[in-house]
Amino acid sequence: MKIFSGIFRHLLLLTGSVFMLIPFVVMLSTSLKSQADIFSGTFSLLPGEWGATANYLQVFTKLPILDFMLNGVIVTTSIFLIQVIVALPCAYALAKFHFKGRKLLFNCVLWCLLIPPQAVAIPVFMELYSFGMLNSYAALIVPWTISVLGIFLMRQFFMAIPDDIIDAARMDGMGEVSILIRIMVPMALPALTAFGILSFIAHWNDFFWPLICLQDVKYFTPPLGIAYFKTDDSGISYGPLMAAACIITIPLLITFLAARKKFMQGVSIQAGVK
Amino acid sequence: MNLQSLYKRLLPYSFSAPALVLMFLFLIGPIIAVLFLSFTDWQLGESSFKLVGLQNYRTLFEDDLFLRSIGNTALYILMTVPTTLLLGLGFAMLILKSGRLRSFYQTVYFIPFMGTAVAMLIVWDFVLNPSLGVWALVAQWIGIEPINLLRNEMTALPVLAFISIWQNIGFAVVLFMAGLSGIPQEMYEAGELDGADDALSRFSLVTWPLVSHVTFFVLILLTVHSFQVFESVAVLTRGGPNDSTEVLTYTMYKEGFDFFRTNIASAITVIFLLGIGTFALVKAAWLEKKVHYQ
Repeated sequence: MKIFSGIFRHLLLLTGSVFMLIPFVVMLSTSLKSQADIFSGTFSLLPGEWGATANYLQVFTKLPILDFMLNGVIVTTSIFLIQVIVALPCAYALAKFHFKGRKLLFNCVLWCLLIPPQAVAIPVFMELYSFGMLNSYAALIVPWTISVLGIFLMRQFFMAIPDDIIDAARMDGMGEVSILIRIMVPMALPALTAFGILSFIAHWNDFFWPLICLQDVKYFTPPLGIAYFKTDDSGISYGPLMAAACIITIPLLITFLAARKKFMQGVSIQAGVK
Repeated sequence: MNLQSLYKRLLPYSFSAPALVLMFLFLIGPIIAVLFLSFTDWQLGESSFKLVGLQNYRTLFEDDLFLRSIGNTALYILMTVPTTLLLGLGFAMLILKSGRLRSFYQTVYFIPFMGTAVAMLIVWDFVLNPSLGVWALVAQWIGIEPINLLRNEMTALPVLAFISIWQNIGFAVVLFMAGLSGIPQEMYEAGELDGADDALSRFSLVTWPLVSHVTFFVLILLTVHSFQVFESVAVLTRGGPNDSTEVLTYTMYKEGFDFFRTNIASAITVIFLLGIGTFALVKAAWLEKKVHYQ
């Protein structure tokens, strides 16, 4: 009975696993096939006729895909760095200082947590338009430099650090800025990593905002880039398209597999169930 | 008052100032602006405007496409959220007791959440291709005509929901596993003494009540997430066929950035905010409760 339920459990889980992985397998396998093989009318896992070199070569020559990746990296790292520089002092003030307006400020943070990114798109677009900042890296970065989730998470973490440590540092004559940088930040590194992962996932994947604020292909991030490649009028050639999908997806998957515990912790920290 | 103590008193303000300024520029200000614009007749590029009261809202609620859009969004939420939730909980329970393969399964189920979303949508487009993709193979296998699922009014929205479920199960699994592994074994032993000795009563008497707070939170998270569905519509169906996948964010995007009817788009945004706000409020209340615990 026990063995049966064990087998049944793994059977269910394996079926689920196949379902989860199918698109990835199809993506990889199609990226290796020749156009004729793809259009042969029967789908097979292994290529009947190889076309890997041609497909990948076509992506790299027809599409500035490395530039898209680089844009993605530039945008996500800039966003995260500025988010941290803005959020950390604010979180520190909220957690460890008593000042007039603290409660109000914290309520602002909580209310801002409710705002979905799509809801501010129109006015933010108008703001950037009037500063002449549309269609640039700045347009991709500046609106997201404030992360109320970051402030919230870091405040939570700072609250848990005992005041004694900070008082001792003050006695030693440390300034508040160096307490923040040299004591609080190192202790909050796990929370900061988790927040970094959340921020990276959100902005690497973002499609809505780049679609609105960009026209120039040279600023495209990977999601916009591959969507643009798909709608390219030359008729869909699936081989190169799947090759492009592989190129922008696989480095990310490898990073995830290398640090999967950290990723899963990062994702569940926002739910407060960790 | 000396300089030293003045500095001390100003410190928290200067620490919070950048965050506060940015919050006003990119969150609070825009929300107020959107609310205001929704009561005007202003459209992008015009130099003057006048207040029109509820005119934009009246226009919207007389517009069949907008009503369709609300209906589709609700339908999409109903199709995605309960399924993702139940499959997430089910797989989490199975994975938790799967022994040595536990972290393998957990990783595999989480992978769809990690693939670049738009790239994976494009892969799905190929998988569902009625003559070249896996769908053609599956249809042939079970002996039905492979219709074009994304070009069919009846199937397009359910298919988008299906893809979203695929993408988010792993997210739910990770959250549930965190919640489930917090249940001490003694609870099950105690339950057994009270007669909960088969799987079903173990679940209904021990597991379910003890993860109900996680369930509730996952429910809210998924609902807020589904409310914001945009990418799959923009990349795969563009609201079609025959408006069957027109959803709120997409209608808002078209009005605001294709037709430049800023006033109408703002009114849609306000309605979108009211809808999502209800759920987001619960989410924030939850987070705040967590704050008081600590």
